[in-house]
Amino acid sequence: MNRCIALVLAISCGWLLAGAARADVTLTGAGATFPKPLYDKWSAEYNRQHPEVRINYQGIGSGGGIKQITEKTVDFGATDGPMSDKQLEKAPGILHIPMTLGAVVPVYNLPQVDAAKPLIFSGEVLAELYLGKITRWNDPKLAKLNPGVPLPDRAVTIVHRSDGSGTTFIWTDFLSKCSDAWKSGPGRATTVNWPAGRGAKGNDGVAADVKQNQGSLGYVELIYAANNNIAYGDVINPAGKAVHASVESVSAAAATITKAPPDLRISLTNAAGDAAYPISSFTWILVYKDQSDAAKAKALAEFLWWCTHDGQALSAPLHYAPLPSEFLPLVEEKIKSISVDGKPAVE
Amino acid sequence: MVMTTLDLDETNLDTTSPPRRAAKLRSRPIGDRAFDLSIGACAVVPPVLILLFVIVLAYGAWPAIAEFRWHFLVSAAWEPNPDKEEYGALPFILGTLISSILALALAAPIGISVASFISEVVPPSLRGLLRFVIEILATIPSVVYGLWGVFVLAPWVMNHLAPVLSKSLGFLPFFSEPFDPRNMLCAILILTIMVLPMIVSVSLDAMRSVPISYREAALGLGATRWEMIRLAVWPSARSGFIGGCILALGRALGETMAVTMVIGNEHRISQSLFAASDTVASTIANQFAEAPSDLFTASLIELALLLFLITLGVNLIARLIVRRVAIGGAD
Repeated sequence: MNRCIALVLAISCGWLLAGAARADVTLTGAGATFPKPLYDKWSAEYNRQHPEVRINYQGIGSGGGIKQITEKTVDFGATDGPMSDKQLEKAPGILHIPMTLGAVVPVYNLPQVDAAKPLIFSGEVLAELYLGKITRWNDPKLAKLNPGVPLPDRAVTIVHRSDGSGTTFIWTDFLSKCSDAWKSGPGRATTVNWPAGRGAKGNDGVAADVKQNQGSLGYVELIYAANNNIAYGDVINPAGKAVHASVESVSAAAATITKAPPDLRISLTNAAGDAAYPISSFTWILVYKDQSDAAKAKALAEFLWWCTHDGQALSAPLHYAPLPSEFLPLVEEKIKSISVDGKPAVE
Repeated sequence: MVMTTLDLDETNLDTTSPPRRAAKLRSRPIGDRAFDLSIGACAVVPPVLILLFVIVLAYGAWPAIAEFRWHFLVSAAWEPNPDKEEYGALPFILGTLISSILALALAAPIGISVASFISEVVPPSLRGLLRFVIEILATIPSVVYGLWGVFVLAPWVMNHLAPVLSKSLGFLPFFSEPFDPRNMLCAILILTIMVLPMIVSVSLDAMRSVPISYREAALGLGATRWEMIRLAVWPSARSGFIGGCILALGRALGETMAVTMVIGNEHRISQSLFAASDTVASTIANQFAEAPSDLFTASLIELALLLFLITLGVNLIARLIVRRVAIGGAD
């Protein structure tokens, strides 16, 4: 019996020591689920190149990420929607560091429509659909956007997220910009008072629901539509062009930014530019500017630097759009400002 | 009836004269007293936990309670927009009660019938096997029920059940258009299946504990098997049936995962069972991780408090019914 305990102790000590020797710094992060596949890929790749740093990211949702970084229970948070002024008041010194770009796409299930030629939506029409004002697929407003497409005479059934989500924030941000009725009605938030439809949990829940039920219209992150082989529509941008969501058209939306606010809390929806996809968004990592632990701060800043530079090459295969090079100096400046006792954590 | 006898026995014991009992207490060994004290402490833990539970929930919900007061109970608003935040629990409370009670209304007759069949009709050698099969249903994780609901039950309801019901009973508001592919009816049906094993299991135990002599007496008087079940077995097992139903209702009220996957998650009050709806538990699970504001979080915690009170209330009512029935059975 005693021998058994001794053995277990010896093994666990050995394991702990080995673990300590292998990873000197462990960075914990939590937040948005949308960039999780990419963050996981980055963590694994970075750990391969720098075995002394381990990154542990939990996809608990943007709201959760904001809460945890505010309470300082994690080393970094992550969010799809920037923190509000009210939230920033509670967490002074938070930096928003854009990591990558994503897009939200309208997905539909209409077997009658040629899959090779996606439907075209405009922001106004999407808002009216989600407000429950347009209820049938052959509505004249939809027909006008899609001349020659055999739109069926059937009810549009709206699917939205049942859980709060950064995806919903991006979607409602776009609808608010396109429609005053939406702006003064449901508004822009991670969860809203939906006037129509039914809710499904998570991007995968919405994707599954739309895929299963003919006549449905939903919205998911681009990666889910691409991975699940669901038809997703083109959306008309402010330049009047119908743009298909892709890594390039999302990057194009970010490239149009000439003047960014100093805190980099930028909404990318309805970005100008012919090639810009209008429902694009940054996703941010949240870190405190003033760090207390020098080793952690250095590892964190180096990791963020690597992600926004070398790491960007890993994003396109996973359907995330890389940060445009025009934008990179602003991000670099933010990472360089991370400091310990007033001294920069990295050069 | 059994309970009454027990009570009598206890009264008999209690008639031991007080001084003698006190003397006995004083002379007891220290080990006994330590044991009494420790199990006494353990017995205090559950009620204290429940009390703490209520206090913590009420504390967390306080901003919402202070803001909305009783309007929270009767309002159907669920408006997270920061400019006009307002929350109300009515659609969720109704959704929880309707889904659970209707599920129980479906499951109880089926469950008691199944239990009667297994207990009274099936040969004893097969009884164990059948019971095992039914109880396996109870071990299936609710998320698996949910997936089955999404991929099998919901499409079946939409494509087969809904057209039939709306054609034959469409004049009733419960079966009127529009149809949502995920709806209240799916939730009711999935809950029915989930609570069935509980009802069967408890009812079966109750029926097996009815003395064999009751059955023999009934048969001896010339009763058919059906009459024997109805007149001799059921009345004696009645409190067991109700006990099973209480357990089932408790599970149905709190069931989260399977329900949220098939109910459609819409905070609207609709007459139609084919409309997307929502329950308290499902809303909390859906919204808590991404609550956009403190008031929103407080409202969700108040929902949790309400769910707790609802289950407590239902249990108390059910207990009263059991007592009534037990007394009635003894007469």
